Amino acid sequence: MDWLPTSASTFAPQVDSILWLVTIISVVSCILVGFLLIYFVVKYRRRSDNDQTPAITHDSFLETLWTVIPTILCILIFIYGYVYYDKYTTPTKGAYEINVTAQRWSWSFAYPNGKKTFNELYVPINKPVRLVMQSKDVLHSFFVPAFRVKQDVIGNRYTFINFTPTKEGVFDIYCTEYCGISHSDMLAKVHVVSDIEYAKWESGDSADVENAYAGMAPDKIGEQLYSSKGCVACHSIDGANGVGPSWKNLFGLEREFIDGTKEIADENYIKTSILYPVNPPQGKVVKGYAPVMPSYQGLLSDSEITAIIEYIKTIK
Amino acid sequence: MTDHHDFDKNYLENGKGFKSWFFTVDHKRLGVMYLWAIGVFFVLAAIASFLIRFEHLSPGQTIISAQTYNVLFTLHGAVMVFLFIVPGVAASFGNFLIPLMIGARDVIFPKLNLYSFWIYCAGSLILLLSLAAPVDTGWTFYTPYSIDTGTNVILVTFGVFVLGFSSILTGINFIVSMHKLRAPGLTWDRLPLFCWAAYATSLLQVLATPVVGITLLLLIGERYFGLGFFDPAKGGDPVLFQHFFWFYSHPAVYIMILPAMGIISEVIPVFSRKPIFGYKAIAYSSLAIALISFLVWGHHMFTSGQSKLINIIFSVITFAVAVPTAIKVFNWLWTMYKGSVELSAAMLYSLAFIFLFTIGGLTGLFLGALAADVHLHDTYFVVAHMHYVMIGGTVFGLFSAIHFWYPKMWGKMFDEFKAKIAFTLIFIGFNIVFFPQFILGTQGMPRRYFNYAPEFETLHQLSTYGTWILGVGFIYMLYTLFKPVGAADSNPYRSVSLEWQMPSPPPTLNFKEIPTVTTSTYDYGTKVEQEA
Repeated sequence: MDWLPTSASTFAPQVDSILWLVTIISVVSCILVGFLLIYFVVKYRRRSDNDQTPAITHDSFLETLWTVIPTILCILIFIYGYVYYDKYTTPTKGAYEINVTAQRWSWSFAYPNGKKTFNELYVPINKPVRLVMQSKDVLHSFFVPAFRVKQDVIGNRYTFINFTPTKEGVFDIYCTEYCGISHSDMLAKVHVVSDIEYAKWESGDSADVENAYAGMAPDKIGEQLYSSKGCVACHSIDGANGVGPSWKNLFGLEREFIDGTKEIADENYIKTSILYPVNPPQGKVVKGYAPVMPSYQGLLSDSEITAIIEYIKTIK
Repeated sequence: MTDHHDFDKNYLENGKGFKSWFFTVDHKRLGVMYLWAIGVFFVLAAIASFLIRFEHLSPGQTIISAQTYNVLFTLHGAVMVFLFIVPGVAASFGNFLIPLMIGARDVIFPKLNLYSFWIYCAGSLILLLSLAAPVDTGWTFYTPYSIDTGTNVILVTFGVFVLGFSSILTGINFIVSMHKLRAPGLTWDRLPLFCWAAYATSLLQVLATPVVGITLLLLIGERYFGLGFFDPAKGGDPVLFQHFFWFYSHPAVYIMILPAMGIISEVIPVFSRKPIFGYKAIAYSSLAIALISFLVWGHHMFTSGQSKLINIIFSVITFAVAVPTAIKVFNWLWTMYKGSVELSAAMLYSLAFIFLFTIGGLTGLFLGALAADVHLHDTYFVVAHMHYVMIGGTVFGLFSAIHFWYPKMWGKMFDEFKAKIAFTLIFIGFNIVFFPQFILGTQGMPRRYFNYAPEFETLHQLSTYGTWILGVGFIYMLYTLFKPVGAADSNPYRSVSLEWQMPSPPPTLNFKEIPTVTTSTYDYGTKVEQEA
C-alpha cells in the first residue's frame, strides 16, 4: 500500500514534496536520537554502584550546534510550506467557478451555465477551478485527498478552494469538520473528465443522464442513486433508526406524522416527500423525526425519482 | 492543624478515614488525592477509547451506533483533557513535590490548596452529570454545532468553567510558594527543573484559563439566552469561537507537557549519576515555550477560513516554538554522556518519553508547514501526532514519575522486573495503536469518522489490536504497583535532591528544620576542568 494517496492536481505533487522533505528530516532525526539513546545506555551502563562520573554541566559548542541546525531546518520547512501555500491560495484569473453549498449531510454544486448537481462534482481536466463555498447550517469542511485540498465551509461567509485537476477519474470528497450523526457519510465524488466529455456533460439534458443507465432495471438505478445522491446518510436499508426513517419495509406502510395525520407510503407519498419534504410545514414529517430533510427539487429528474421508488419497493 | 507530637508520624499515618483526607491541608495528601482522581478519570476515558477503537475493527457499525460513537469520542476527549491531563502531573506531583523540593513545610496557601481540590471535585461532578444527556460536540465544542445540538452542552462547559478556577488557584499557589518559600541558599539557578517547569505551567494556568472560562460562559449565554456571538444565523461568527477556544487550548497543550518535561529532567540525572546537561538552557526554554505558546493558537485554524496573512504569521511562530523543544531533547540525551546509566523502570519511561516525544515533535513540523497542513488537518495524522505528544510525552512522563517517586510517596518498593515487563507491553502497544494512524491520515482518513472507506480497514484493525496490548500492559503496570515488595529506605536511588534527604514516606511537616542549600540540585560526579 502506498503511503500517499493518488495525486491528481497541480497542488498535490507540491504537498508531496514537503511531505517527503519533512519525512526525510524526521527519519534522520529519529535515527540520530534513537542511536544516541541506545549507544549511551549501552556504553555508559552502570557497572558498579561506585562508578565515577564527570560533572559535565554544559558545552557551549554542542548547545550552539543543536540550536542552530534545528533553526535552519525549521526555516527551510516554513519556506517550502509558505511558497506552495501562497500558490494554492492565489486564484488563477479566469478560473472556472463553481458554487458549493454544504448542508447536513450533503453537498450541492452550481455551475456557471446554470446546471446543478448533487454529491457529484464535475470538473474538466487541466483547467483551473475555483470553488466558492458556503454552509447552510453548521461547519463543514471540503476535502479531496487526491487534490490535497481542504477548506472549512462556514455559514456567514464564503470560503474558497483553488485547484487544477491533472488526472481523469473519480475521486473522493470527504467532510472533515465534525457535523453530527452522519458526518462520516457526508461523502461525495469529484469526476475529472476530458474537455470533450465535459462539453457533452455541460450541454446535456436529463436524457443524457438517463443514457448512462441504459439497459438497467429501475430498481438497480435507484440503488445507485441511494448512495450517490446521499440518501444513505440518513435512511438505512436494514431497519436501523437514522436521522430519517429506514427504508426497510417502507413501501405500503401506514405512516403517522407529527401533526397526527396518517397516510399510506405509496408512490405519490414518496415522490411528494422527496420534492417537498417539510411542506406544508411540519405536515409530512414522520412522528419521532425532525423536519431536517432538504428538498430534492431540481436535483433529481422524474425518472430518477421513479427509480428510487422502485428501489424502495424491493427493500424488505 | 497539626500538633507537635505529630511530627514523627509520616504523612500517610497522620490521621485515618475519609475526613482526615478530604479536609487535609497537607500538600502531600492533596497530591496523592489528585493522583487518585486523575487515575480514575484516566481509566474512564481510556475505556471510552477502547470502545472507539473496537468500533473501528470494521467499516460501518461494529458494536455501537453513530450517536454513541460521537458521544464516546467527546467523553474521551473532554475527560482526558479537562479532568486528567490539564490538572494531571501539575496538581498531583506538583503538589506532592514542590514544597519538598524547595525545602518548605507546605505550599504558601494550604487552605486555598484544599479549596482548589474541592473545586476540582465539584467541576468534575458537574461535567460527569452531563452524562444524563451526553454531549456529542467533540471536546472542542465548535460553534454553531454546539449551539445547535440537543445534548447537555451547558453542563459540560459549566463543569469546565468551574475546573478552570481550580487550575488558576493552584497556579497562583505554586508561583507564590516558589517566590516566597525557597529554603535559604536555594537560588533560582539551583532550583530543580521540575520546579521551573511547574512555574512555567502555573504562569500559563493563571494567564490562559480565564479566557476559556469567558468563552464557555459566552457559549452558555448563546445556548441559554440566545445571544448571537458565534451563531451565523444571528450575525455572529463561528470562527471567533475557535480563536477564543484555542487561545486557551494551545497554551493548555504546554500546561499538559511542561510538567512531564520537568519529570524527565529529574529522572535522567539521577539514573545517570550526572548533572543535568545545559541546566540554564532547559530552565529558560521552559519559560520561552510558555511565552511563545500564547502566540501560536492560529495553527489549529489554517483551514478555518481565517486570513492568509495571519496563517503565514502563525506558521512562522509555530516553527519558532519547535526550536527550544529540540534543544531540550538533546540536553536530556547528553546528560547520559559518560554517565553511569541504570535502566530502572522509571528511567525506561523517561527514555521512551525522549524518543516518542521526538516523533511527536517532528510530526508537528508537517502540520506547521502551511501547504502540508491543508492536506493533513483534521485527519488521523493529527490524532496520531497529538497522542504521541500527550501519551508518548505526558503519560509516559507521569508513569516515570509514579515509578520514580513511588518509594518516597508510599515508603515501599515495587517489583522492578515486573514493572519493566509492563513498560515493554505499554511501549509496543502504544506504537502499534498510533503509528498506523500517521499513515491513515496521510492517505486522507478524516478524524471523528464513525464510518470509513474499506481501503482503510487493515490499518484501522492494526491500530485496534494495539489497544489490546496497551491495555494488558497498563493493567499489569497497575497490578505491579499495587503489590509492593518491601519497605523503601529514604534514598534508594542516591539522589541529591532535597525530597530524598528525608524519611520515606515524608513526615507530615516535611522538615524538622528548614535546610540550608549549598549546592545545585544536580550535584553528581566529580568536578572536571571545563572549557567555556
